[in-house]
Amino acid sequence: MPIYSDKVMDHFMHPRNVGEIENPDGVGEEGNPVCGDMMTFYIKVKDNRLEDVKFKTFGCGAAIAVSSMVSEMAMGKTLEEALKITPAAVAAQLEGLPKNKYHCSNLGAQALHKAIEDYRSKKTQGEKKS
Amino acid sequence: MKKVYLDNASTTPLLPEVGDSMTPYLGEFFGNPSSLHDWGDVARQAIDTARSQVAALIGANPEEIIFTGSGTESNNFAVKGLALAQQSKGKHIVTSAIEHFSVLHSARTLEKWGFELTQVPVDKYGMVNPDDVRESIRKDTVLVSIMHANGEVGTIEPIKEIARITKENKVVFHTDAIATTGNIPVDVKDLGVDALSLAGNQFYGPKGVGALWVRRGVRIMPLLDGGIQEGGRRAGTENVAAIVGLGKAAELAKRDMSARMKQLTQLRDRLIKELPAQIEHVTVTGHPQNRLPHHASFCVEFIEGESMLMFLNMDGVAVSSGSACTSRALKASHVLIAMGISHELAQGSLLCTFGLDNTIEDVDYVLKVLPPIVDRLRQMSPLYSKYLKASKGGK
Repeated sequence: MPIYSDKVMDHFMHPRNVGEIENPDGVGEEGNPVCGDMMTFYIKVKDNRLEDVKFKTFGCGAAIAVSSMVSEMAMGKTLEEALKITPAAVAAQLEGLPKNKYHCSNLGAQALHKAIEDYRSKKTQGEKKS
Repeated sequence: MKKVYLDNASTTPLLPEVGDSMTPYLGEFFGNPSSLHDWGDVARQAIDTARSQVAALIGANPEEIIFTGSGTESNNFAVKGLALAQQSKGKHIVTSAIEHFSVLHSARTLEKWGFELTQVPVDKYGMVNPDDVRESIRKDTVLVSIMHANGEVGTIEPIKEIARITKENKVVFHTDAIATTGNIPVDVKDLGVDALSLAGNQFYGPKGVGALWVRRGVRIMPLLDGGIQEGGRRAGTENVAAIVGLGKAAELAKRDMSARMKQLTQLRDRLIKELPAQIEHVTVTGHPQNRLPHHASFCVEFIEGESMLMFLNMDGVAVSSGSACTSRALKASHVLIAMGISHELAQGSLLCTFGLDNTIEDVDYVLKVLPPIVDRLRQMSPLYSKYLKASKGGK
């Protein structure tokens, strides 16, 4: 379908890292089904690095490709590095997204950042308790 | 790879016979129908023939047919032209919540021009209640425009009943019959309407041509000013070849209608019966009985239409969807929302519309390739995993 780049089609047809992590260190959800796209990211953190990243996505071809690309870009990165992944960088790695898909479908980075925030707030709470 | 085209609501293919009828008017018979010499005569006669063919299809008089550049133009012309011609009588118009954008947006434009608009609701099947139309009519109502059938959910509206009400109240009644003309019997006298839109590419004619029928004696203001083509109601040199094709398509539709309906109904009924049986959490949208013979529409829960459409395309199957992502405006179908379907469910909209090239094997092919696609997308869907967890928790 020519509205998408070859890279988007590749990630749409063969998404990387689909699934859930059991007992994740952080979970982040972005979007909602009203606007058409919804993404949930799960992360496992070890020594301040993303040891594992998985996602589930409800949405169009772009939304699935974005999630897959974000998971690939984030894997193995430090949390600080992962927080620097921007929607623009994701779109660039995917060799571009159609204009009208740029905002609504490009939510992967935000969902990942939320998962990291979730991990950090859990960690802070844990430290307070102990 | 097998190719299965199930998007005939977007456009039907051109029948070879229709294409053949058009070819001479793209070559040898290039004259302008308004010209008074032999070249003009040939073109003019061709348009007259087409006008009679289209009139015969809908039980109208040929001089009541105005050729246009598309179904969208016909609807714009009807809504704006009929309202504007009567604005000294009143400035209130009535339409339904599920009209095509060419009617809805024309009505919104009239609002900007000082008209008031009432939109009657529909029930869960997408059906208008004639009583709602009756209640919406006021002293200053000058136009009611309700579609004959909805192209997204296939529901056929009670036009005859609504026409009785508009007649009692002496209000002009236009129907957008673009989805029905050429596909099911459409007779303007039987329906009792005052104006009716139709389009060529909905019944195996060419794109870029439509017609508006306006009953004799009903006034309409032209959208396009210029020469006196189409009785002064639609200026501009006619698209002769397309009009000839529309005429031919109308002739064939009239001749073959009952056989076509029989063939298409079989395909439709098989898909409507089998798809929800073979895939869990699939619902049929639109009316179960009063629907277009070639029209099957569904909502597939927990997944989104565009990704379904893309995977089906990779398997050689063409369908469409009313999901937000498939629309340029990124909004879920206003038709499904008006029927009370949730945004979430509307995202999984799937529309399969059959045509004359389709066979029962095509239905079986879709039934074979679609379940694994749905399964794959559900495995990826956070909504589906939430549903599974909730139903496990409930047990």
